[in-house]
Amino acid sequence: MTDLKNINLEKCLELLKGKKISSKELVSFYLKEAESNKKLNAYISLNSENAIKSAEESDKRIAKNQARPLEGVPLAIKDLFCTKDILTTAASKMLKNFKPTYESTVTKKLWDAGAILLGKTNLDEFAMGSSNETSFFGASINPWSKDNKQYVPGGSSGGSASAVSGNITIAAIGTDTGGSIRQPASYCGIVGLKPTYGRCSRWGIVSFASSLDQAGPMTKTVNDSALMLDVMAGHDKKDSTSADLEKTNFYKNLKNSKKLKIGIPKQYKNDQLSKEIVKFWELGIEFFKKNNCEIVEIDLPHTEYALATYYIISSAEASSNLARYDGIRYGLRKNSEDINDLYEQTRSDGFGDEVKRRIMIGTYVLSAGYYDAYYLKAQKVRSKIINDFNQAFEKVDVIFTPTAPSDAFEQGSKIDDPIQMYLNDVFTVPVSLAGLPAISVPIGLSSNNLPLGFQIIGKRFDEDSVLSAAKIIEESANFKKEKN
Amino acid sequence: MNNLNDWETIIGLEIHAQIVSKSKLFSGASTDFGSEPNTQVSLVDAAMPGMLPVINKYCVEQVIKTGLGLNAQINKRSVFDRKNYFYPDLPQGYQISQFTQPIVGKGSIEIDLKDGSSKEIGITRLHLEQDAGKSVHDLEPNKSYIDLNRSGIALMEIVSEPDIRSAEEAQEYVKKLRSILRYIGTCDGNMEEGSLRCDVNISVRKKGEELGTRCEIKNVNSIKSIGQAIDYEFKRQIEIIKSGGRIDQETRLFDEKKGETRSMRSKEEAHDYRYFPDPDLPPLDINDDWTNEIKKNLPELPDVKKAKLINQHKISSYDASILVSDKNNAEFFDKIIDGNKKRNPKNIVNWIIGDLFSLLNKNNLKIKNSPVKAEDLGELIDLIEDSTISRKIAKNVFEEMFKTKKKARDIIEKKGLKQITNTDEIESIIEKILANNKDKVEQYKSGKEKLFGYFVGQVMQETKGTANPGIVNEILKKKLAN
Repeated sequence: MTDLKNINLEKCLELLKGKKISSKELVSFYLKEAESNKKLNAYISLNSENAIKSAEESDKRIAKNQARPLEGVPLAIKDLFCTKDILTTAASKMLKNFKPTYESTVTKKLWDAGAILLGKTNLDEFAMGSSNETSFFGASINPWSKDNKQYVPGGSSGGSASAVSGNITIAAIGTDTGGSIRQPASYCGIVGLKPTYGRCSRWGIVSFASSLDQAGPMTKTVNDSALMLDVMAGHDKKDSTSADLEKTNFYKNLKNSKKLKIGIPKQYKNDQLSKEIVKFWELGIEFFKKNNCEIVEIDLPHTEYALATYYIISSAEASSNLARYDGIRYGLRKNSEDINDLYEQTRSDGFGDEVKRRIMIGTYVLSAGYYDAYYLKAQKVRSKIINDFNQAFEKVDVIFTPTAPSDAFEQGSKIDDPIQMYLNDVFTVPVSLAGLPAISVPIGLSSNNLPLGFQIIGKRFDEDSVLSAAKIIEESANFKKEKN
Repeated sequence: MNNLNDWETIIGLEIHAQIVSKSKLFSGASTDFGSEPNTQVSLVDAAMPGMLPVINKYCVEQVIKTGLGLNAQINKRSVFDRKNYFYPDLPQGYQISQFTQPIVGKGSIEIDLKDGSSKEIGITRLHLEQDAGKSVHDLEPNKSYIDLNRSGIALMEIVSEPDIRSAEEAQEYVKKLRSILRYIGTCDGNMEEGSLRCDVNISVRKKGEELGTRCEIKNVNSIKSIGQAIDYEFKRQIEIIKSGGRIDQETRLFDEKKGETRSMRSKEEAHDYRYFPDPDLPPLDINDDWTNEIKKNLPELPDVKKAKLINQHKISSYDASILVSDKNNAEFFDKIIDGNKKRNPKNIVNWIIGDLFSLLNKNNLKIKNSPVKAEDLGELIDLIEDSTISRKIAKNVFEEMFKTKKKARDIIEKKGLKQITNTDEIESIIEKILANNKDKVEQYKSGKEKLFGYFVGQVMQETKGTANPGIVNEILKKKLAN
């Protein structure tokens, strides 16, 4: 009997198409695993009944040799993607009972390719957070946690990372605004890919910061990410910011390894960086060198301003995007005779502290008298950061950096210190501001015996090179997925 | 003390014009007016989570057309901004509008004034934005209802320069603008239905002095209200200044019933809209090819049409202005003149702006829905020209046509209104009348010449008005001279 618990997406497809297992067996197995791993709190809701029905449908198709690319594969979906008639909460009290009447473009593409919704995963409320601790449904925890210590899975796509790492799904999808796919991937020892801004449609994803939000796969292997992204990507005329490009072939293209020029940004190697991270960075550089890649030092001079810029722009957009949660048409409503009181009661009760903090920051930076000093300046810096990357990419194919400044931290250790929490995003936000594709791939275990991931950044719409470089790290590091 | 003539008003108008389009600006939902509440609402209009706006290209074209119609600059790049405020009929919590980079820049229109002069009024800008929904507060005492049918409908906001100096100029400006919009078909201009709404910015100053503090008057929704609101505000502001007071910069509301303005909110209470570029929408790029293509297909504008009418048909500037003020008037005129080139243009104009307008107004009808069609009025005019009926009879026939939608010829036939031009017939009628009124004939001959009219009247009575008045006069004179 195959060990269903540890299979990746590629293997899963092989077994299903070879009729070694049925989709129904597979889905039942993962539903059971999800149930018996409730302590991870990775799922906000499971799609138990419908998943079995869909699996039966998939089995019929497979039997008739009509299998689609992801036929019969159970997937975990971040609870920020709207799923038709299925609870979609954004991990907020505001939407705790919200069932959309529509399906997000990305999830629709997955279901049209035969994939099956296993459950909706936990996240930081409205994707705002780096630890999953801001979820209204309680924090998801890192499967690498020890008996005496609970570690965060990272955030905001912590539930998806936890589910993949904890083997309670075959693969998952998340969204990344400032690192929300990559940082949890690093903390949980999985692969997380944030595609180029515009690669996947944002239609039907609960918006956090529209100019930054992007959906992406979270998987056990680099190949799996490529397979998933091929299905998820594509132009959508319902999203004016989605790119109109020809159909992708990331998975197929991965078979031809590339000789790449790898950029190492000198600004990222600062004094605060732990020795351990530096050691792994050097190890990664060695891996590239052994694979005939050329290493080039590059300059990203505006890096130090990226974090402030990111928190101004993302909060400004969030403050406006979240204005629709007013208690009038859907979601939580606290009734009152007075309309302003209704707004105040509804939003005070419906939003958690971190969401309120971002709304306040965003409202402040857009206010008359502060706009120029904050929002407008941040936009100017954003252009400079984009320009930094453009210049760097004249010399290199991809850029290699740590994903996060540390391994996973303990639950509760940073939640009361937003600045410490925000510093987690220091390596991921410049990429987001520039709209570039980037992947986090595991490289090894820290001295705490926790996973560490490294980030590979590519040119706009050059996910091919990103995946190719990630594969070099993956194969060289031979990261062991067994915990303890 | 000062009299009002020492003062002048400085006025600028902001017009919100609903764009003629079958679907909304960013959602593709239908724009049908008068549908059941909340039936023309898409997921985007209701601002459901994760919904995104997509620009309606047709609405952009309509704005480019309008910009061209206002002799204005079409900006190659414009940007959509979010105007943030909370209101229950604003589902997104922001209105998508344009703030720093509108689609259309500076332009101008020329207005005609009663004293025969004309004046150019500058256009500052025109931008594209979405409308909000509608709050209904009067269905129940303790509840408000929201209708989102209007939410997301495309509007153009057209801002004038502060070039307007009187109520008359403001009214003429709105009429002219409305006429241009109707000509090019970008707004139906119906103020009653709210598809054209007007805010008035107004300040006063003593002639030659610095500009005063302005007030914005909202909800001025008819040509008549524009005049009333300006006159009221002119006097109000002057009175305050004269009595040593100061004008507060504020937003005021026009009360149509009372003909007054009243304070709505002060400058301190003004919203901070926190405008910023909408990250869901890329900047709007308009290349010259697109603009030129639209320019090529632009319908004729009222000023051009007016010049043509004056040149080709030698009608007065005043008459031409009235004809072009509504595209349908001009089309009505064209149909009549094109139907028969021999028809006299001045005659046609008189019929249209005289008899036709008077009956249309009385019956609250628009020329588009006139029961008398252009061809039919043309025929009536021909029947006068060829002396089939007299001008006087024609008026009655026209009224009958208006009432029954019948053709002139049929009415004349049925009622026997055809003019008698047969001299013998008229002569024998006259002889009969003179024989029956011998006493009056004597009086006439002895100098009571006023009686001539009496005899004419008798002839007309006898012939039910169908005798040709010229022939009647001629024969009557001859007979009475004997």
